[in-house]
Amino acid sequence: MNPHRRHPLVIIATLLVYFFLYIPVIILVLYSFNRSRTNVLFEGVISNFGPIEMEGSNVVQSPCGPFHWFCELSKNRDVLHAAQNTLTIAIISTIISTVIGTLAAFALARYQFRMRTFSEVSLYIPVVIPEIVMGIGILILFSQLFTMLNQTMNMSGDNRLSLGLSTVILSHIAFSIPFVTLVVRARLQGFDISYEEAAMDLGANEVVTFMRVTLPMIMPGVLAGALLAFTLSLDDFVITFFTTGPGATTLPIYVYGLLRRIITPQVNALSAVWILLVLVVVFALQRLQSRQT
Amino acid sequence: MIRRLREKKSLQGNLLISPTMIFMVGMLVIPLLLTAVVSFGRRAPDGDVIFTFSLDNYARLSGLRTNCEDGSRLCFDPIYAQILWRSISLAFNTTVLVILLAYPLAYFIARAPAKRRNTYLFLVLVPMWTNFVIRVYAWLMILRTQGVLNNFLGSLAGLLNLHFTPLEMIYTPGAVLVGMVYEFLPFMILPIYTSIEKIDNSLFEAAADLGANPIRTLRRITLPLSMPGMVAGTILVFVPVMGTFIVSDLLGGRQVILVGNLIQNQFLIARDPTFGSAASLVLMVLTLIVTFIYTRKFGFGEEIVSA
Repeated sequence: MNPHRRHPLVIIATLLVYFFLYIPVIILVLYSFNRSRTNVLFEGVISNFGPIEMEGSNVVQSPCGPFHWFCELSKNRDVLHAAQNTLTIAIISTIISTVIGTLAAFALARYQFRMRTFSEVSLYIPVVIPEIVMGIGILILFSQLFTMLNQTMNMSGDNRLSLGLSTVILSHIAFSIPFVTLVVRARLQGFDISYEEAAMDLGANEVVTFMRVTLPMIMPGVLAGALLAFTLSLDDFVITFFTTGPGATTLPIYVYGLLRRIITPQVNALSAVWILLVLVVVFALQRLQSRQT
Repeated sequence: MIRRLREKKSLQGNLLISPTMIFMVGMLVIPLLLTAVVSFGRRAPDGDVIFTFSLDNYARLSGLRTNCEDGSRLCFDPIYAQILWRSISLAFNTTVLVILLAYPLAYFIARAPAKRRNTYLFLVLVPMWTNFVIRVYAWLMILRTQGVLNNFLGSLAGLLNLHFTPLEMIYTPGAVLVGMVYEFLPFMILPIYTSIEKIDNSLFEAAADLGANPIRTLRRITLPLSMPGMVAGTILVFVPVMGTFIVSDLLGGRQVILVGNLIQNQFLIARDPTFGSAASLVLMVLTLIVTFIYTRKFGFGEEIVSA
């Protein structure tokens, strides 16, 4: 009997679910080439590199041809600024949460200590409470803290503490740590400690052993944790929504703002670029990871 | 100092865990306690918080009111109870639908030849890497009255010479349900896949040798052994659905108001953080109760890590 034999109904269901998963993505990308500005109907791809006629006999110059909306997007300063914020937040919070989460994974996998139960429980909290609850809590914390500090230090005008990039970064670190810890800890559980003992027997001290033996061996886990933290940060809407301030708009927040007003194929172009970039990053990281193992 | 550190294992453990603890206490425990404190406060006219001990916000959430239109001293206004109930039933329906869609796919991948599994899983993840908000937008484009689906159906009807009136799909509970299912489907596929993949192949062979038909094998082997995956997936789906407000905001409009929308509205529009905090705490307690009962009954698998 073929062990991989699956019932035809399972195969049909699988194809339908894949179809369900992909149809929105395909539509998003397709509509980013739409020649209709209102983006309600798909009126075909922009096919010429010159003046194009839009609704209401509006003539628009389109030197980029089919990539008209991508060119418009690249001229949109708000988008570029939001993209810059999103990447800054994601990179900083990924680095810090990966380091802190890896340390915690070591503590939990190898040591007995007093705060153990408390830390195990608190690491599960972000998984079992809705994000909005955490977002609201952090919003209250910062707004009360900043009001207090601004009053006691007599801050005025631009000096006043307010929500912004740093509050978003702090909250992203906080919600990423538990996920990094879970992933790295899973890796550490299969770790054969005799490699470390061998290194120490051969005269390496703790630091050398860690850098030359332990770290390379758990690197796939650490990278997987970092990738998870990075995508969580890029994707986050709810917590960012409550902890961001003026000038610290991220892409998801920007898109949400747009959707409540007007929708042009620029949003689709943004989505297409986003998918492409994330795919490139993921591919690169997977390459890196498979070379490590 | 360094020698002491080398010798004391518990000191090392505490040192390694302390940065995490600083973040967990500062950004999770203290904020949750503050939310509780604020929820017992009263709203100042300027939208600030007056710290006191009042249960007014909870009374308001429960629907009990003292200033009634008909002049009686106590009356019941079910609006918030309805919002809570709507959120719970939506989260429940989403979870059930997601399990039904995820299971065959997860089974298909887990029973595929080993070298193909990663590709199939990768294909599940790609749509998830578009942004959460963008995925809701995709469904907005599809379900709008003049959207992709109605256009498709319209041209289909045109081919068959049928009369077609566009369906009103957007701003309905159904639209929100579809959006939620789409957003959280991968969170169910991954843990179920992990638990089916772990099942020893010889069990399936034995079942076949002993003459069990596919349905019996599913009921007696696959389903029971993949239970941990379903439990983990249920938590990963149910909890976020309870608190999400963008999906209902963009696909449900004013027709489908959930707890998340209520909380967001209190902080950004109504400017009553005390009532918003009370709603937030009630939401947290509700999800904790549900997950607690559920994990008590079915156990808590390590599958939660896989997602």
